[in-house]
Amino acid sequence: MQGLEFSVVFENMNILLQGMFWTVVLCSSASLLSIVVAVVLAMTGISKLKPVRSATLFFLWVFRGTPLLLQLFLFYFGLPQVGLYLSPIITGIIGLTLHFGVYNADVLRAGILGVETGQHEASRSLGLSYFQTMRKVIIPQALRNVSPAVGNNLIALLKESSLVSIITVPELTLSAQRAISETFRPFEFYFAAGALYYVVNWGLEFILQRVEARTALTR
Amino acid sequence: MDYELILRVTPFFAKAAWTTVVVSFLSFALGLSIAFPAAFCRLSQNRFLQIPSRVYVSVFRGTPCLIQLFVIYFGGPQIGIQLEPFMAGVLGLGINIGSYMTESIRGAILAVSRGQTEASRSLGLSKFQAMRKVVLPQAAGLMISPLGVNTIALIKGSSLVSAISVLELAYTAHRFTNSTYRPFEMFILASTFYLVIITLTSKAIRNLNGRFAYEK
Repeated sequence: MQGLEFSVVFENMNILLQGMFWTVVLCSSASLLSIVVAVVLAMTGISKLKPVRSATLFFLWVFRGTPLLLQLFLFYFGLPQVGLYLSPIITGIIGLTLHFGVYNADVLRAGILGVETGQHEASRSLGLSYFQTMRKVIIPQALRNVSPAVGNNLIALLKESSLVSIITVPELTLSAQRAISETFRPFEFYFAAGALYYVVNWGLEFILQRVEARTALTR
Repeated sequence: MDYELILRVTPFFAKAAWTTVVVSFLSFALGLSIAFPAAFCRLSQNRFLQIPSRVYVSVFRGTPCLIQLFVIYFGGPQIGIQLEPFMAGVLGLGINIGSYMTESIRGAILAVSRGQTEASRSLGLSKFQAMRKVVLPQAAGLMISPLGVNTIALIKGSSLVSAISVLELAYTAHRFTNSTYRPFEMFILASTFYLVIITLTSKAIRNLNGRFAYEK
């Protein structure tokens, strides 16, 4: 049994922290964009037009029923074939955004349908159009209703972001692999990467708890 | 859209799909075997049982599954564990999903109202008898749905073992995309298999839920 030497981790900490920086960038961008995607897909998912609704529900079914890794491969190899030559980081953001946008869309759709119809009626009778009602009255309430579920999805996003290392995005997991290729100590570095993810996760949970406390609807 | 290609490689994908099913099933079994004891430890009053269980759940739910797999497969030899990819994959997935299942089981047991436990105890049943004969049967119905969610997540999570070279669906999709440069066809083929597996599993879970769960 080879001895474990965690000192190499501290010597190469800068590589890991660089990776962690990109992980945070990746996850923040993907989180925000996924909420935008979720709003769009939630709206088309409750559309009165059957083709729009069916297409959306089919799309949601496919992207919820397939693994994130497969979707990342689709974008990484497929986008260049349709002429879009994007950097791995952008491709990673697109993949994560779409995947979690789909998850959040289902959650948000349930939230929208859960807002009492009295809100719709009141807004319409005050002269607001359908889209104005949605934008100013319903969706804000729906978002506050489902913020715990969305928060859970954001935490999942942080952990699943490690997959983009497979499509060569220089985030924390890939940085650990870089360090390993120089020091040949996989256990120490993967363990350290795991610890860093755990710390960031803990921080994210803390932030989400505060957000939920402030946005919770008190009855 | 190259249909001829799709037909040509389908047998490879079918074989890989079977590997996915086997990996998922074995990890599911391992996870469940870990989760039940862990859930009871978590609910125990004994601190020496409770703390390790809480640490287990916190660590394995708080870190990425991919990292866990890498620690076991690539880091294992350094601490004397040398597993081939399939075994490392099942072990890693099993331990990971076990932590989520622990919480599902714990939630279900806690959801059975305390009145049941109190009534059982006052009728003379011991703590174990109360758990075995009264609480668990009721909790069983409640835990099917959350465990079902865990299982679906596990099936999708099985794609991660492609990164430690297990020859399952995602690995096969990656390999054929590399050799044929037709990512859309390979995605459609692989996703069809995943959707079939997941949809059938979902139906089975809903069925099970309908038979054993009941509204209060």
